[in-house]
Amino acid sequence: MKLSSFKRALWVFHVASGSCNGCDIEIVAALTPRYDVERFGIRLVGTPRHADVLLVTGPVTRPMAERLRRVYEQTPDPKAVVVVGGCGSTSGVFYESYNVVGPVDEIIPVDVYVPGCPPRPEAIIDGVVKAVAKLEKLEAGETV
Amino acid sequence: MSVLNALWQAILVLFGGTFLALVYKGIDRKLAAQMQGRIGPPIRQPFLDVGKLLVKETVVPRTAVRWAFNLMPFLALIAAGTVLLYLPIGPFRPVLSGYGDVIVVLYLLAVPAVAMALGGFASGSPFGVVGAQRELVMLMSYEFPLAVVVVALAWRVAGLGVGPAFSLATLAANPLWAQVGPLGVLGLVLLFLVLLVVTPAELSKIPFDIPEAETEIAGGLMVEYSGVNLALFYLADALKTVAMAALVVALFIPYGIAAPLGISGVGGQILDLAFFLVKVFCVMFAAVTTVRVAFARLKVDQIARGFWIPLTAVAAAGLLLLVLDKAVVG
Repeated sequence: MKLSSFKRALWVFHVASGSCNGCDIEIVAALTPRYDVERFGIRLVGTPRHADVLLVTGPVTRPMAERLRRVYEQTPDPKAVVVVGGCGSTSGVFYESYNVVGPVDEIIPVDVYVPGCPPRPEAIIDGVVKAVAKLEKLEAGETV
Repeated sequence: MSVLNALWQAILVLFGGTFLALVYKGIDRKLAAQMQGRIGPPIRQPFLDVGKLLVKETVVPRTAVRWAFNLMPFLALIAAGTVLLYLPIGPFRPVLSGYGDVIVVLYLLAVPAVAMALGGFASGSPFGVVGAQRELVMLMSYEFPLAVVVVALAWRVAGLGVGPAFSLATLAANPLWAQVGPLGVLGLVLLFLVLLVVTPAELSKIPFDIPEAETEIAGGLMVEYSGVNLALFYLADALKTVAMAALVVALFIPYGIAAPLGISGVGGQILDLAFFLVKVFCVMFAAVTTVRVAFARLKVDQIARGFWIPLTAVAAAGLLLLVLDKAVVG
């Protein structure tokens, strides 16, 4: 399987698994003319079936865990998962909360973590690109 | 010999058309980005998108009707490609001229929309079904004004007595602008405007992209499509854009520049072909790119009402002016 065209044509699906909207707004900010992710071929799509990269935000609340798993399974291979924000990476300030079953890597396999509360759009773009680089290395049989 | 010839021409038109369709799509996205103050994707972005979709896994949902779900993307692409074979490409006659006329083109243009709708129904997703219903409402809305435009033109060309009136080759060879009086020119302008409004609706582009509507129904009838199937729909959409623009060119601006400049032979044909591509680009830019940047999405009832009453009235007025003009000019 060749992934050479992947790097420049990434379609991104955004999953909010109980986030406070801070990271989500930064993801939307990355689409604005100021950051313009479309120049790298990155596009936000409306359905996991079209997606190559899942952007997951939030600490994963109990009701969202099952949905997150399902969205992950609905995404066609090859795919990468990028966690955006401190909550998704470590559960952040919601650590040990009764209603939080995360962080995200307890539910689905994660490729790249983008820390920050919220991370800047540049960091999110960088995370997406790193995820694809990792995907390509894995396809080439290298260990990461 | 002639069958082999036609086959070669068909292959050339289909591959060249697909290539150009993707280039046009790239230019369209680049210009749209520039208009929004963005840098935008590179021109070759659509090629990268298609290449990427081809290596992705193609998922068929468990609730989908498998054969229909997999058949519809092929049907959409084949129909969109076949339209190109019926259209005059610059100085060249349509590859399939003599085997069908503008009525066939109208039906073929409707096939990708119907295929997408059936694919949406077959995908077993509520979003897909909502999108498919919207697509069918759209189809019923824009077909009527489109048919009025085509029939008006063909009726006037029939009055000239220059061969089969519904043949696209005849329509393209006899531009009506010089044949009609002032009333007729006014009528033609109205019909041209109607066709320009119908074009983005035919292509499901903003403000008429309600069947896909990513922000409300998550991609609508495309919602369950992935991988190769999605790539086929992507190509069908690009081809249909070029085909629709080429139809507008063939109906209203079929002029060449080689003859007025006095260049003949192969050089003239190449010049005319280049001019044709420029005209197709201009139509696409005016009717698709600019419109989709400038407007927000309409609601389905607004589109249905808008196309059935005001737009059809404008088209009918154009038809009426042509009739009056015929009565005056004779």
